[in-house]
Amino acid sequence: MAGKTLYDKLWDAHLVKMRDDGTGLIYIDRHLLHEVTSPQAFEGLRLAGRQPWRIDANIATPDHNVPSAVAERSAGVDGIADEVSRIQVITLDENCEHFGIKEFKINDVNQGIVHVVGPEQGLTLPGMTVVCGDSHTATHGAFGALAHGIGTSEVEHVLATQCLIQKKSKNMLIKVDGKLGAGVTPKDVVLHIIGVIGTAGGTGFAIEFGGEVFRNMSMEGRMTVCNMAIEGGARVGMVAVDRTTIEYVKGRPFSPKGELWDKAVAYWNTLHSDADAHFDRVIDIHAADIKPQVSWGTSPEMVVPVDAAVPTPASFDDDVKRRAAERALEYMGLQAGQPITSIKLDRVFIGSCTNSRIEDLRAAAAVVKGKKVAASIKQALVVPGSGQVKAQAEAEGLDQIFTAAGLEWREPSCSMCLAMNADKLLPGEHCASTSNRNFEGRQGFGGRTHLVSPAMAAAAAIAGHFVDVRDLVRA
Amino acid sequence: MKPFTVLKGIAAPMDRANVDTDMIIPKQFLKSIKRSGFGPNLFDELRYLDEGQPGQDCSNRPLNPEFPLNFPRYQGASVLLARENFGCGSSREHAPWALEDYGFRCVIAPSFADIFFNNCFKNGIVPIVLDANTVDQLFQQMYASEGYQLTIDLPAQQVITPDGEKIAFEIGAFNKHCLINGLDDIGITLQDEGEIRSFEERYRQQAPWVFQPLQ
Repeated sequence: MAGKTLYDKLWDAHLVKMRDDGTGLIYIDRHLLHEVTSPQAFEGLRLAGRQPWRIDANIATPDHNVPSAVAERSAGVDGIADEVSRIQVITLDENCEHFGIKEFKINDVNQGIVHVVGPEQGLTLPGMTVVCGDSHTATHGAFGALAHGIGTSEVEHVLATQCLIQKKSKNMLIKVDGKLGAGVTPKDVVLHIIGVIGTAGGTGFAIEFGGEVFRNMSMEGRMTVCNMAIEGGARVGMVAVDRTTIEYVKGRPFSPKGELWDKAVAYWNTLHSDADAHFDRVIDIHAADIKPQVSWGTSPEMVVPVDAAVPTPASFDDDVKRRAAERALEYMGLQAGQPITSIKLDRVFIGSCTNSRIEDLRAAAAVVKGKKVAASIKQALVVPGSGQVKAQAEAEGLDQIFTAAGLEWREPSCSMCLAMNADKLLPGEHCASTSNRNFEGRQGFGGRTHLVSPAMAAAAAIAGHFVDVRDLVRA
Repeated sequence: MKPFTVLKGIAAPMDRANVDTDMIIPKQFLKSIKRSGFGPNLFDELRYLDEGQPGQDCSNRPLNPEFPLNFPRYQGASVLLARENFGCGSSREHAPWALEDYGFRCVIAPSFADIFFNNCFKNGIVPIVLDANTVDQLFQQMYASEGYQLTIDLPAQQVITPDGEKIAFEIGAFNKHCLINGLDDIGITLQDEGEIRSFEERYRQQAPWVFQPLQ
């Protein structure tokens, strides 16, 4: 009998029962909540007269609607200028209070983007099932956890039953071996992967990221990669537990301590795919082939290396893809064949659940240190992922480096990743963004998003157009 | 949830691949704390020429004359024909809420993104996967014939064209059962309450760190 994949092990450990129709009832360890996808679920609970099954499984924090501007933020929830946003954040507060769910409120130092907060607090632990009404829940798979996004009906289902009805996914292994070149970051790795497999390549699969590159990658890097599994179509992205995982988790506020810690570590060390495990699909990628990436279109698979040109629609052999490319070029206001480095930018956004952790901010600060944002850039935002990340960055003086260079240092929130707060693009504006989606209108009505790494975004802020960050590293 | 048995309705096109949930319902409308009322903002950025705001009366907004759902021939449509990877991106259930509120009860596509696919079943919408060639034929027939209607016979698992052609589709037995009977699956899961409790007790012994209090 073949061994088990990491996904198989996590599935088996949480399987309450297989049902007659072939779906499984899966037990949920950790449930993260934010203000956008939870109000209707809480309302459903109330209407049905139900209580949360296990209160301590749940943790909440507002992130999507929370203002990043320092002045607006200082007055707390009452200071949110947009009334509809304010009501949504207040509703989360009220629901958490009513049901007794722990919440990091708007101006708590532990508040932040839910996918930054969970790991940094030790609320995300290896081996857990982690769900949230947010597709980027895949982030937590970096810990050898089974983590994925769910809809609001499922949020209610988890609150009421501590379980989810799931169809087991197939197993995919994406192996990246070799060493990454200087200036090539985890963001470039995952954008490259999405370029290879396509935005639906992982549909129906749980992806495990394996190989030398991920073994050598920090936890924050692994989170960036797993975060974007969903952009490759997979709800679940995972990395096996190793010493890097254990060291990151140790000593976090909600990590187990003492004897419980030792017992947990003994179990966590089993969380890797067996050598003879079967994967339904295996993709091999060479690290040396990965260059800094820039998306040119309106789907995350529309991505090329920074030293390439915007592709011509005719280069796609599939008719649907060709039409999509034509439409994307029109929306993006780009010419086929123009060099990526000729794309001029209006705004720069460094933040989001993909790239707002301390290592991301350090990488961006290293690029802008002692330089000035180009005069043609209307705005360059740096939005830390949590109050803790913000405090750490300030302790290291990164905020000073950013503001001296002309970037704005903001308060933790999802911000311009999806423009639910006041941070947004205007029609036609090009943005170098460290976020995860370049869909039409994602960062603002008519806005044009280019997905890049923090170092690439920072370099673009200084130059006013895309530049190959490897040239800066070599210099 | 409204039960779904047999539906006969006008088919309308969403003729592009990788339609994401941001496109189905843009983020500004996600600020609502309700489950209903999203229909007027379905495909907002494609459907109107201006930028929509939450709570706005959409009846006087400038319509995009090139967007098919604005064509007279597709008014009242309840079946959406779509292409590959429909519903990708954000997990927002506001996407099926908007489709349902607009009047769509069925989406037919060669493939769907996983989370959206799942969310449909919770809202009385039947997502039907047919092979790409078949979907393409349906598109061509629909374009060629104004008032083109499809019948979705869920109990028989068939899509029936105006010519009487019957196209079989697959659907999970549990999802089918819930759709036909309009059932809320929380109630069904809670029938297994005893098994969940005994699993939880066993699991608590094995992994006590999962059960640490947060307060």
